[in-house]
Amino acid sequence: MTTSTTPASAGTRAGAEVRLESLRRSYGAVPALDGLDLVLHPGELVALLGPSGCGKTTALRLVAGLEDADSGRVVVGGRDVTRLPASRRDMGMVFQAYSLFPHMTSLENVAFGLRLRGQAARERHRRAGEVLELVGLSAQADRYPHQMSGGQQQRVALARALAIQPTVLLLDEPLSALDAKVRAQLRDEIRRVQLEVGITTLFVTHDQEEALAVADRVGVMNSGRLEQVGSPTDVYHRPATPFVAEFVGLSNKLPATVADGSAEVLGVRLPLVDPRAEPGAALAVVRPESVGLTPAEGDGPLVGTVVATSFLGAVSRVRVDLGPVGTVLAQLPTAEAGRFAPGARARIGLRPEPVVVVRPHE
Amino acid sequence: MTAPPHLGPAATSLATAPERTGAGLHARRLRRRKMVRGVLLAAFAAFFGIPLLALVEFSTRERGAGGGRTLEAWKAIPQYPGLPEAIVASLQLAALTSVGALFLLVPTMVWVRLRLPRLSRLVEFLCLLPLTIPAIVLVVGWAPLYLWINYFTPRTYQSTPLVLTFAYVVLVLPYAYRTLDSGLSAIDVRTLSEAARSLGASWATVLLRVIAPNLGPAILNAALLSVALVLGEFTVASLLNYVNVQVAMNAIGQAEARVAVAVAAGALMSVFLLLFLLSFVGRGPRRVRSTR
Ligand SMILES: Nc1ncnc2c1ncn2[C@@H]1O[C@H](COP(=O)(O)OP(=O)(O)OP(=O)(O)O)[C@@H](O)[C@H]1O
Ligand SMILES: [Mg+2]
Repeated sequence: MTTSTTPASAGTRAGAEVRLESLRRSYGAVPALDGLDLVLHPGELVALLGPSGCGKTTALRLVAGLEDADSGRVVVGGRDVTRLPASRRDMGMVFQAYSLFPHMTSLENVAFGLRLRGQAARERHRRAGEVLELVGLSAQADRYPHQMSGGQQQRVALARALAIQPTVLLLDEPLSALDAKVRAQLRDEIRRVQLEVGITTLFVTHDQEEALAVADRVGVMNSGRLEQVGSPTDVYHRPATPFVAEFVGLSNKLPATVADGSAEVLGVRLPLVDPRAEPGAALAVVRPESVGLTPAEGDGPLVGTVVATSFLGAVSRVRVDLGPVGTVLAQLPTAEAGRFAPGARARIGLRPEPVVVVRPHE
Repeated sequence: MTAPPHLGPAATSLATAPERTGAGLHARRLRRRKMVRGVLLAAFAAFFGIPLLALVEFSTRERGAGGGRTLEAWKAIPQYPGLPEAIVASLQLAALTSVGALFLLVPTMVWVRLRLPRLSRLVEFLCLLPLTIPAIVLVVGWAPLYLWINYFTPRTYQSTPLVLTFAYVVLVLPYAYRTLDSGLSAIDVRTLSEAARSLGASWATVLLRVIAPNLGPAILNAALLSVALVLGEFTVASLLNYVNVQVAMNAIGQAEARVAVAVAAGALMSVFLLLFLLSFVGRGPRRVRSTR
């Protein structure tokens, strides 16, 4: 769908800047959010990524006003909304659980927010129809939620959130209840709609692929704090902390010696992401894509036995046992991986891409 | 509390048994299932129907040994001194009680679910408590309260039985609570109300436009149960010295057995009718499904 086919009025007002300032929230003794600072630029989609229980949902609910912060502020377009109740924050939210009103059709669901704003029936139904068209569900306008698939329900939920022309769009793992194929499809759809509407969006997910695929910037969270905020490539290739390096993407941890601004890993010198790393013994975090494999005979520090291969479509992953060092995961094009059946001998090669080092005790 | 419309579980367990001989066996099973259903229905109909028929029979009997039929007793109902007033009072009590119980329970239960989940056990306990206390004990507790209520009631309304509403709301609490609780469990109250809140709904709007419509069948069930309970209530009214339909009936029974029985038959039939309607509530075309 191109922009020109979309009714212009389906767009919302231009995106607003959203600032989360030192947000804190504890449940009993558990700090769910431990001082969160984040700025979303107007019209930007930021994904909050992190393991389960790190406080992503809490952050989103504080922004939405569904939960009160212990301290800190939420500022939208220069206006402090921290004390406003959820009903007056003007934010569109899509929930992880199916949240459509069961007694209303799609159209009525989408029109609900407009009705609360006192729009006349004809006007709000016209507008709801437009937004349903934006998410590609015009044909389902008269269906009740239980007559629709999960993916369709989440689209209607997205339409319902957008219909009120909110200043901010909040998405809390809207895709996690869907199966893989629908998930990828709807993910791209959300991004398309978001770009079309130009709304500032906070997208919470624990699925790194999802976050890297749709976001302008990704914020990686751990235990109630942000570890790094950056573009998907930054977060993936230049992780700021060991946690980010390990959480985003698969990784190998190999013994390394840091000296003179580089790391020596299995006899190979690799550049460091952070050249200020302390010299000495460390573990280097090496991505499977940075590990190459060639068939080999005999022995050596870089030669080992293939333990397992797993087919992932265009690429395959091969696990090689290097003896004392442990196992290393390599990712190759599937065509090449055919040569490395379990039991075969293989020599690993390390591409000279910057690595992050971790102290061994971490 | 809606009665299952058919013998669901038993029927399915019969059907899941392996069927080796095909259609013949299947047909025989169906026939047997139908027969069991018929027998059960007949048994229940007899259990409830025979006493009712006996009541009707007795109330339409002609005086003396003639054995003829007359509607005299039924016609006497509206003329009997005090009886129409008692019937009206009971109907008003039924309406007030169901409305009162709903207004008390629905917002409270929703609020507890959303904001004070830790209190849910306590609330449940309190609501079910009246079930475990005999009516007579309740009355002993209420009697002094009702003295005060009487004391403060303006003279023109003196001794109106409508003040029984307070007592009756307490009496119907357990039934209304249970019904509403199962209705609330079937919807995701938290997500629905948060979705509505983020769309700009006030709490009142959330209750009226989002929660209540999805509780429709449960609310109706609770209301009808309350009505049935209030229409059949005797002990509390009698002990607190108010006249409702049951108390009036009892008094008439001492003098005019036939009229009393006619009223009893009428009351029973209307309650049956009510419960019958109740079993159709919530089976409308738009079945509300769990939002999970
Ligand atoms: N209502 C609550 N009561 C008590 N503790 C809570 C509550 N909500 C969240 N927590 C705690 O706060 C922490 C952060 O929870 P949160 O839901 O924000 O995590 P999350 O990152 O969204 O996780 P997930 O990916 O599993 O959804 C967790 O340790 C959780 O147990
Ligand atoms: Mg969450």
